[in-house]
Amino acid sequence: MSDLAQPPGIVVQAAERRWLRLAVIWAVLIAMPLWMPLVGGYTDLGARILVFGLAAMSLNFLMGYTGQVSFGHAAYFGLGVYGAGFILLDFSHSTLLALLAGILLGGLIGAVIGALVCRSRGIYFALITIAFQEVFYYIGYKWDSVTGGYDGLRGFQRQPIHFGLFTIDILKNDVAFYYFVLVIFGIVVGLMGLILGSPLGRTFIALRENERRARFLGIQANRYIWLSFTISAFCIATAGALNALLNNFADPSSLDVTISGELVVMAVLGGIRSFWGPLLGAAVFVVVENYLSGLTLNWLFFVGLIFVIVVMFFPRGLLGMFGQRRAV
Amino acid sequence: MNMLEVRNVSKHFGNLVAVRQISLTVASGELRAIIGPNGAGKTTFFNMITGFFAPTSGQIVFDGRDVTGLTAEERVKIGMARTFQITEVFPDLSVNENVRVAVEARAGYALRPWLPADKRHAVEATVSELIARVGLVDKRDRAVGELSHGDQRTVEIAMALALRPRLLLLDEPTAGMGEQETYQIAGLIRRLHREENYTIILVEHDMRVVFHLADRISVLDQGALLAEGEPDDIAANRAVQEAYLGKAA
Repeated sequence: MSDLAQPPGIVVQAAERRWLRLAVIWAVLIAMPLWMPLVGGYTDLGARILVFGLAAMSLNFLMGYTGQVSFGHAAYFGLGVYGAGFILLDFSHSTLLALLAGILLGGLIGAVIGALVCRSRGIYFALITIAFQEVFYYIGYKWDSVTGGYDGLRGFQRQPIHFGLFTIDILKNDVAFYYFVLVIFGIVVGLMGLILGSPLGRTFIALRENERRARFLGIQANRYIWLSFTISAFCIATAGALNALLNNFADPSSLDVTISGELVVMAVLGGIRSFWGPLLGAAVFVVVENYLSGLTLNWLFFVGLIFVIVVMFFPRGLLGMFGQRRAV
Repeated sequence: MNMLEVRNVSKHFGNLVAVRQISLTVASGELRAIIGPNGAGKTTFFNMITGFFAPTSGQIVFDGRDVTGLTAEERVKIGMARTFQITEVFPDLSVNENVRVAVEARAGYALRPWLPADKRHAVEATVSELIARVGLVDKRDRAVGELSHGDQRTVEIAMALALRPRLLLLDEPTAGMGEQETYQIAGLIRRLHREENYTIILVEHDMRVVFHLADRISVLDQGALLAEGEPDDIAANRAVQEAYLGKAA
C-alpha cells in the first residue's frame, strides 16, 4: 500500500507478510491434487472447493467490500451453470465457448437486475435479491422446453481443449480439469484483487464504511453499488459455468435459494472482512458436506453447529482471527 | 463578489416550519458563522445549502449559478464541501485511506480500476500534503475509528479540503470537544480562512470560537433570521440576547 513518510521497516514487513500469505495459499492450491488423496479426498473435491470458493469470494466482493448483502446470488451462479449447459448440449463442443456463455448469461442478467436493486439498501436490498432469484428458480423449474424443467439439462460433457499443436484432456483427466479450474479461478480472483486495491475498490469500501460521507465526497452511491453488483455477478457466473463443467449437468437446484444461503454461510464462516476468508469457509463447508453427507442425512446440522460456534467465538470468521483489521 | 446567495428559503416538515423565509449572502473569502439556540433551524438550513434535502421554497445561488435543483453529489463537484455535526468518516480505513478516497473522488478517478504510476504518485503526494496540512502525519496509518474525537473531526476537514472546495461548510466542528481540541480546530479553521483564503460557513455553539473567528454572524431563532452583522454588533444586539437568555434577561 502506502510507502510514504513512514518508518520503512513496518511497511516492508507488511508487504512481505502479504506476499508470504499469497505464496502459501497458492502453494496449497497448486499442490492440492497431490495431497488431497492423502487425506482421503479426491481431485474433483478439490475442484468443487475452488468452484464454491470462487462463488463465495464473488458474493463477498459485494457483501464484504461494498456492504450490501445479497441473499439471491444463486440466480447468477445458476444462470452461469445453464449458460454453459446450453452451449455444450445443443450448440458447440467448445468448453471455452461454454464457459464464456455462462459468464455472459449470468453477468449480463446480473447487470440488469443490479440496476433494479441498487436503489435499495440493507434488508430491502437483501429481500429484493431473493425475490429475483426466486423468479429465475421458477423459470428454470417450469420452462421445460428450454431448461429441461426438474431434470435440468443432462447428457452433455465438458470437452478436451485443443490448442493447435496439443490438447488438454480435461474430460478424462481429472487432474488436468482441476488445473483448468484453478487457472480460471486465478484469473477471476486476481481481477477482483486488483479492483479492490484500485481507486474503484476504495470507493466500494468507502460506501460500505459510510455512504453519507461518500455521497458528500461527490460519489454517486447507486451507480457504484450497481457496478459492484455487476462485477460480483460476472464473477459468480464464472463459478457457475465451472460447476456445470464439473458436474456435466445443469439443474434447478443450482438456482435454489439454498445455494444463496450456503454462499453467505461460507463467506461469514471464513470471514467477510478478509479477501481469502470465503475460500476457507467454502473449503470447510464442502469438505464437511462431503464426509458427513455419507454418514448422515442430517449433515447440515453439523455445518450449522460449526457456523454457530464460529459466529459466537470468532465473529470475524476463521481468517478474521488472524487480526486482519484493515480492509484491503 | 458573492460566493453564496440564499433567497427566501423555507423548509416545511409536514406542519412544522423548520426554516422560514431566510435570505443571506456570503461574500467570497468571508468566514460566516451561523448561530442560534437549539432547534433554531441551523442544521436544517445547512442541509438545504449542501443539497442534503431540497427547500420547500426559495432559491440557492452558488457562485452565480442556481443550484437549488442539484443533488448533493453535483454540488460537491462544483465546489461545495461539508463536514457533519456527528462525525462522518470511514472508521475501518486509515487516515491515509480516508483522505485518499476523497482525493481520488475529486480527481475523477473513483471509477478507475487501474491508475498509471504517475497519476498514482500524484494522488499519494496530494494525500501526504493534506495530512501534513492538518497535522496528522504521525497518525496517518491508524484506523480513523481508533482516533480521538478531535482527530476524527480533523480527518473530516482534511477530506473536505481534498475536494478543493470554493466554499467550505462546517457543521459544529468543535461539538463534543475538550478545551485543547477546540483550540486546535479553531486554529486550523482560522489558518484556512486567513492564510488560504477559504470561504467558510460555520455553524457553531461555542461562542468563543464564533466571536474569535467570524467576519460576520447570522443569528437564527425559531427558523427565522433574527439578526445579522459583525461580531460586535451581534454581541450588543438586544434581540439576540433575549433569544439566548429569555425575555426576562
